[in-house]
Amino acid sequence: MRSKVVLRRLFRNPQARYGIIAFVLLVALAYIGPYFGSYEWTEKDFMAFLSPPDADHWWGTTSIGQDMYAITLRGMQKSIVIGVLVALIATGLAAVVGAFAGYFGGWLDRVLMWGVDLLLVLPSFLILAIVSPRLRDGSWIWFVVLLAAFTWMITSRVVRSMTISLREREYVQAAVYMGIPRWKIIFRHIVPNLSSLLIIDATLNVSGAVVGEAALSFFGFGIQPPDVSLGTLIAEGSRNATGYPWLFAFPAGMLVLLVLSVNLIGDGLRDALDPGSNS
Amino acid sequence: MGKYLLRRLAINVILVAVAASLAYMLAATTMNPRGAYEGRQPPVPEAVIDATLDAYNLNDKTPVLQRYATWASGVITGDFGKTWNGGSVNDEMGRRVWVSLRLLLIGTIVGFVVGVALGAWSAVRQYKISDRVIGVSAFVLMAIPVFVLATLLAIGTYNLNRGLGFTLIEYTGEYNPKLAGWDQLMNRLNHLILPTISLSIGVSGAAFYSRIQRNMMLDVLGQDFVRTAMAKGLRRRTALIKHALRTALIPSATYFAFALGTMFTGAIFTEKIYAWHGMGAWLVDAINANDVNSVAAVTFFAAVCVLAAGFLSDLLVAALDPRVRVS
Repeated sequence: MRSKVVLRRLFRNPQARYGIIAFVLLVALAYIGPYFGSYEWTEKDFMAFLSPPDADHWWGTTSIGQDMYAITLRGMQKSIVIGVLVALIATGLAAVVGAFAGYFGGWLDRVLMWGVDLLLVLPSFLILAIVSPRLRDGSWIWFVVLLAAFTWMITSRVVRSMTISLREREYVQAAVYMGIPRWKIIFRHIVPNLSSLLIIDATLNVSGAVVGEAALSFFGFGIQPPDVSLGTLIAEGSRNATGYPWLFAFPAGMLVLLVLSVNLIGDGLRDALDPGSNS
Repeated sequence: MGKYLLRRLAINVILVAVAASLAYMLAATTMNPRGAYEGRQPPVPEAVIDATLDAYNLNDKTPVLQRYATWASGVITGDFGKTWNGGSVNDEMGRRVWVSLRLLLIGTIVGFVVGVALGAWSAVRQYKISDRVIGVSAFVLMAIPVFVLATLLAIGTYNLNRGLGFTLIEYTGEYNPKLAGWDQLMNRLNHLILPTISLSIGVSGAAFYSRIQRNMMLDVLGQDFVRTAMAKGLRRRTALIKHALRTALIPSATYFAFALGTMFTGAIFTEKIYAWHGMGAWLVDAINANDVNSVAAVTFFAAVCVLAAGFLSDLLVAALDPRVRVS
């Protein structure tokens, strides 16, 4: 079984092993950690404003008395969910659009690729910055959709060119002569054969989306209060980072660890799925 | 060739027009420049506000298509309109482009040169300690977003300055307007140190280029033409630099061309964190100030830059790779 071989290779690769361990630990910290803390993320401790880390508030408190430990973990949950969702949507879209454009060719190809070019030229930062603060009523899911809509284009170009070469393979031709509908061929024969590319792409998209969300939230264009993400926390922390370093250090450290672990997994996956490449 | 260039130019013009028009429409329909005038004390009469906004082509009572027509006919003659408080967008842009250039040119080039040099060197010394150290530090730096790195550097400098008791390295602004002549120049260079470091070592600089360069160099090192070059008696250094590095430079050079093109609007974080008033910072400020015409102008400029960068990268590849020129 190929998947077993790949998994074995993945776990033999020390980079990927550390990446997976770190990522699992971080996810566990984000979702199980809050049960061990003594404060809720919505709670405000009016006896402790801007107190440095101590036994009561493990990671210190903010200027309005929120517990940094609780609120950072809450932000991390949101960042992880956003990263994974954006990666799934973006890679899925890239696979579908690229495979259809490459397989059918002709006018469909031209229209889709023209759309890709257009999206590449469109000022994604501007559109996200203008639209996302207007989705105030808690619908961060729209933010995810927007972020994904500006992530998938380059991969879909790669998928398209790979599909064009897959289209001529014997097993695809055989499926055509057996009378299987075209869309079924794409999902059953073309996309699975691109899976290594897509898995790697999705993994790297996770870290890309986590950073992208944090970047937009840094300017107040992403996740809107009262909701928090690592980006909003870093933005707030960096304003007072010299006097109250714990406000900046914990969310920024978590963000870097998260991105680092996902990148390690992505690199390890590439080695495991595509042993010929050394990139 | 001429026909190809013309076709390409025509497509690019259309793409720029579409991008800028969409940005204008989006900004004009969602932003509210009126708000900046309405809340004032003492209150401004509505007729005055209308007249002012009309003069700037920002009045939300005018149909958006009509405003768009006014704006577009201005842009065709090279006039990007007025900012929300009546300044000329063209003047503002003319000033800010140079700020961005002064801030970013050195950092972008240093990042590329250092990254390529380190990448090539670590490929030659594959699996030795120096290769591992470079690889691991590049990997870690790649995981640190620009805004975290820039803030970390600023905190470090703040503490350093406080520890020393005087300002050794500046960490905010572009220059000190009180100084003149030679002192002014030194002051400007001092202000450049931190932004240049944060630009050149991080995700968009040396860390990124060194990873690409190392991989490409490893591919090339095993190939026949490098062995031939050494076999015919070239010194190792000459063979590596003239034959291997030149070929292996093509992908990083492509990225570098893009980086040069997108440099003007790409450094939003560096500009905002170190308080330089360049093009990137302008976009954020304009969005926050509901400044429709400025937003459209930055978008226009960015689209032109991206497409020019694509063209530049094709030229660079053609210059480095004879195979492209032949076909």
